[in-house]
Amino acid sequence: MTNKTSLLGLSLALASIALPSHALKVVACEPEWGALTQELAGEHASIYVATSALQDPHNIQARPSLIAAVRNAELLVCTGAELEVGWLPVLLRQAGNGAVRPGQLGMFYAADFVRKLEVPTRLDRADGDVHASGNPHIQTDPRNIAAVAPALAKRLSELDPAHAADYAKRLADFQTRWGQATQRWTQAAAPLKGLPIVVQHKGFPYLENWLGLQQVATLEPKPGVEPSSSHLSSVLTRLQQQPAKIIVRAAYNDGRSAQWLADRTQLPVAVLPFTVGGSERAKDLFGLFDDTVDILLKAAK
Amino acid sequence: MSFFRHPTRLALATGLLLSATAHAQSKAPTLDANGLQQLRQQIDELKRSYDNRIQALEAQLQQAQQQLTQQAAQQQSTAAAVAAVTAVPAAPNSVMDTATAADSAGAAFSSANRFNPAVALILTGGYAGLSKSPDTWQLSGFLPNGGEVGPGKRGFSLGESELTLSANIDHLFYGAITLAVSGEDTISAEEAFVQTTALPAGLKVKAGRFYAGLGYLNEQHAHTWDFIDAPLSYQAFFGGQFKQEGVQARWVLPLERYVELGLELGNGHGFPGSERDRNGAGATVLTARTGGDIGFSHSWRAGASWLQTRADGREWTSTDPLDATTTYTNTFSGRSRVWALDGVWKWAPNGNGQVTNFKLQGEYFRRTETGQVAFDTASLNSIDGYRSAQSGWYLQGVYQFMPQWRVGLRHDRLDSGRNDFGVNALSLALPSYNPKRDTVMLDWSPSEYSRWRLQLSDDRARQGVTDHQIFLQYQMSLGAHGAHSY
Repeated sequence: MTNKTSLLGLSLALASIALPSHALKVVACEPEWGALTQELAGEHASIYVATSALQDPHNIQARPSLIAAVRNAELLVCTGAELEVGWLPVLLRQAGNGAVRPGQLGMFYAADFVRKLEVPTRLDRADGDVHASGNPHIQTDPRNIAAVAPALAKRLSELDPAHAADYAKRLADFQTRWGQATQRWTQAAAPLKGLPIVVQHKGFPYLENWLGLQQVATLEPKPGVEPSSSHLSSVLTRLQQQPAKIIVRAAYNDGRSAQWLADRTQLPVAVLPFTVGGSERAKDLFGLFDDTVDILLKAAK
Repeated sequence: MSFFRHPTRLALATGLLLSATAHAQSKAPTLDANGLQQLRQQIDELKRSYDNRIQALEAQLQQAQQQLTQQAAQQQSTAAAVAAVTAVPAAPNSVMDTATAADSAGAAFSSANRFNPAVALILTGGYAGLSKSPDTWQLSGFLPNGGEVGPGKRGFSLGESELTLSANIDHLFYGAITLAVSGEDTISAEEAFVQTTALPAGLKVKAGRFYAGLGYLNEQHAHTWDFIDAPLSYQAFFGGQFKQEGVQARWVLPLERYVELGLELGNGHGFPGSERDRNGAGATVLTARTGGDIGFSHSWRAGASWLQTRADGREWTSTDPLDATTTYTNTFSGRSRVWALDGVWKWAPNGNGQVTNFKLQGEYFRRTETGQVAFDTASLNSIDGYRSAQSGWYLQGVYQFMPQWRVGLRHDRLDSGRNDFGVNALSLALPSYNPKRDTVMLDWSPSEYSRWRLQLSDDRARQGVTDHQIFLQYQMSLGAHGAHSY
């Protein structure tokens, strides 16, 4: 009896050594990269998403919970292009995790694999919170997601070679579905080409570039500077000469200035999810673009 | 502006076509709908990759041309620039390499300045209106410490300008120095340290001069404080902020919850210690911290820390209890221990503090000193035992009620506790008094980089005296985007 129990105990112990499905610990700086990692890694990764769609990714507190998450991470998937410059460096220094330093395999910057827009020709803080390497809000164009996916899949298989075949299979499957969906979105959004829009923050150049939207004004006087009433009045004047069709803002933006302008111009406000989790439908990357395109089409009617 | 007029583009386009055809041929036998889709994507990727490359090449060309013109104007040899043009690195062969390739290509043209450390500059200054002369300021019931204490000068003044240079030193170390230029034109190294970046298992080691891991505010530079001045507890127990010169080891535990432990060994030269002619460590600091989130909207951190340091002939000046014009120099030699408890709680709706947010923070300190005091070292030199146990705390809340605008309230209190001077009690006795201060603050930050602040204080640090204080302050941050710790 004693023997049997100890045998059972031993085999249980062995099982727990042999079987543990070690999932790659991934920390995604933004929800879109969490969602992409989920698509490409499935059950091989346990994903901690550091920010939510209702938070401004420029301004995140380097909270204790994030330090703990980065300390335990094997891979960080972030946007880069200085989007996280106000908080990620502190997290990295405080977490003491050498594996996820910039330059290591464990640090993945999505923006490295995308051609960036709005690369400033001069760097001056008088122009607001500009990013030297270009606009970092790359996730609003599905073609950028498509460009990041193979690089991320490659990185996953480098970190977890045991499942490399699975990552490749998942990537191919994702690329097929994503290619078809992108085609669908592009076709559906064709009527939006040339649509003049007002945006709150310069967060949509990639979306504008993809769908041919025309940004005529921004509610923020300078990137990262809160809309002031005097600037909003000047936007109102400008819109009389150069009319727009819709006002676009991200789910995380404070809605008051967009509403102020909408009340005076009778323009519809399109609140875009901006990233996964930004709306009821934006549960994953596909939902994000389904919803984005639908909201824009509805507002433009 | 034809695409093919450009020789580089033509070459690349030919390459693109060739490689695309080669690809198509190899795949041709198995083409179905999916295959076609994949092929399209691969071609798209190739296009993207070549686009990136063309961009990089164009930028390089432009840079090279600029260099050429400059150098021609200076009648200098153009050899370097020509060499630079011809030294275009080999074309990257996958989309994954383009970004790094573009970066390194750019670097080939720039000078060594690219490796310069990040430079961040803080400018601060303001105005102080004090109803009582700051020359008479003291913390009644506490030994004077000669640190950066008190409300500062009356009228306009330049505050402390801070210059921080920081960079990764190599693959193992990070280094930073913060130079402070005071309004009195003295320069000091506030911090100058190196820190490991590549240790495994959540370990970090720091060496040099750095703010000790005591309490919450001690590790933060003054420009990140929510009020113009340090809490009275910091002024009383550390003479401002406690700096270490030595080594620090920190360990973030491998847990889901944040738990961090720290150990520091320093020379202990800073108050409440003093310079000693000894080998070995003078000051030891132990730190333990934890924290977490409650939902998306709340986060917190709490910590306990302990300092033990030694003083050897720490001087202070006292006045004769009967004749205020006579002063004596006295010294303390012995052991000083400080316990600190700190907590901070932050709230922002959904974790998005753009419109409104709230921060509550409080710290408690208790210091005990045991050793010997020498009264009037110049002539009488009466030496006897000394024991003291004193404490203090503050609690403050800062609320951002609309974008760019915050209001804050702080209450400070010290307890002079027990002071036992032995035979020197008559000459040195400290009054039993609990200094207090109430402060309100309003600040406006038009951007992340600038802040204007108005602060009003009722300072009752001196027994029987209330000092009404008004401060105006600006704080500007130039250069590298600083990342702030929690």
